Amino acid sequence: MEENRYELNKNLAQMLKGGVIMDVTTPEQARIAQEAGACAVMALERIPADIRAAGGVSRMSDPKMIKGIQEAVSIPVMAKCRIGHFVEAQILEAIEIDYIDESEVLSPADDVYHIDKTKFKVPFVCGAKDLGEALRRISEGASMIRTKGEPGTGDVIQAVRHMRAMNSEIRRIQSLTEDELYEAAKKLQVSYDLVKYVHENGKLPVVNFAAGGVATPADAALMMQLGAEGVFVGSGIFKSGNPKKRAASIVQAVTNYTDAKLIAELSEDLGEAMVGINESEIALLMAERGK
Amino acid sequence: MKVAVLALQGAFVEHEKMLEELGAEHFQIRQKQDLNREFDGIIIPGGESTVMAKLLKDLDLFDDIKGMIQKGMPVFGTCAGLILLSKEIKDEETYGFGTMNIVTRRNAYGRQLGSFYTETDFKGIGKVPMTFIRAPYILETGENVEVLATADNNIVAARQGNQLVTAFHPELTNDLRVHSYFLDMISKRK
Repeated sequence: MEENRYELNKNLAQMLKGGVIMDVTTPEQARIAQEAGACAVMALERIPADIRAAGGVSRMSDPKMIKGIQEAVSIPVMAKCRIGHFVEAQILEAIEIDYIDESEVLSPADDVYHIDKTKFKVPFVCGAKDLGEALRRISEGASMIRTKGEPGTGDVIQAVRHMRAMNSEIRRIQSLTEDELYEAAKKLQVSYDLVKYVHENGKLPVVNFAAGGVATPADAALMMQLGAEGVFVGSGIFKSGNPKKRAASIVQAVTNYTDAKLIAELSEDLGEAMVGINESEIALLMAERGK
Repeated sequence: MKVAVLALQGAFVEHEKMLEELGAEHFQIRQKQDLNREFDGIIIPGGESTVMAKLLKDLDLFDDIKGMIQKGMPVFGTCAGLILLSKEIKDEETYGFGTMNIVTRRNAYGRQLGSFYTETDFKGIGKVPMTFIRAPYILETGENVEVLATADNNIVAARQGNQLVTAFHPELTNDLRVHSYFLDMISKRK
């Protein structure tokens, strides 16, 4: 992969910052999301809550369905492929997707190897639950990171846990002396250069979003205050009573995430939130897929 | 000199870093009360223009900022910022301020695979690095618009009095000269 292309792909993630990326399953939902202020949409056949309910093997969406969504909106369109399924990724690249999410929400296709993302021209976003996972995905070529959270639950606890874990490890790396970085790299199973970058800059070398279980404006603002640079909202919007209003409220809450008074107003009359399931009630922990 | 950076969505922090390096004071505009502060110029960053337009209206910032630009407040729009300042957007309805006499095509280079980097001449500055991310370009310019840069025969930078626009992102490079050009516009007005 040309050096330039990776920079351009990291740059696109920079343009998404401060924004909300929404899961959509139809062109109609994509238009609603765009009008509500989504900075990008994730095109998928079933939102995570339904994938969870349906069970079985979950795969990349029908390219025709993705193309329909590409036609419907002007904002970037993302789509998911299975972990390790580089042919699904090739297909998504062939239809000129703007970002591929190599995602634990779908059934993994490879339980050892992730996709070598340096072989692709289109950018990849990957989930991570700690610093080691994030840096390993980056060394494989991911140009954007998101917390894994626990998709399709409407329960924000795991996204919080993952964001806190990442930030606390980043702070720890910052506090190390230079000679201690070698050992840190060994423990994290990543290259010394990446650890050194974190040590010097106090952040990941790519944009870091929150994802998984965000259902309310307050959830979104919580993730922003914890250090996320933007938010993915999956099932939370179109599984709720008033998707349009909830989507627009979450967008505003992400921009003004420290203004509690405004978030209070935004939280009024949103209708029913997605019912959700608690962490302890889930049989399948998607966050444990792909480490 | 104090520059306000519209911080509703997108790559506003990158602009603030450039201003920091140039020693210009800066602050973020996220809501209406931020407009009560004094400032001499405003930057509209890259990001998604549809998101920014929506938030400008929802947060009741739209009319005030448009009024300021019309009264001569120096403004610098990059990428999405250029789109918001364009009077006309080809084949689409205009949803931005529409204060600058230019016709713009959105996503003119296609999707992310069409994003690219180049270096080309910028009038009065010389060769500058240019990063284009799902970028627009200017199709036509009207009265009082000066073309400042073209890439492959497409207009990618222009100025009309107090308004400066670039289709590319100088804030994603290490080259401070385009920002410095904007700060010059501000000091000459004062």
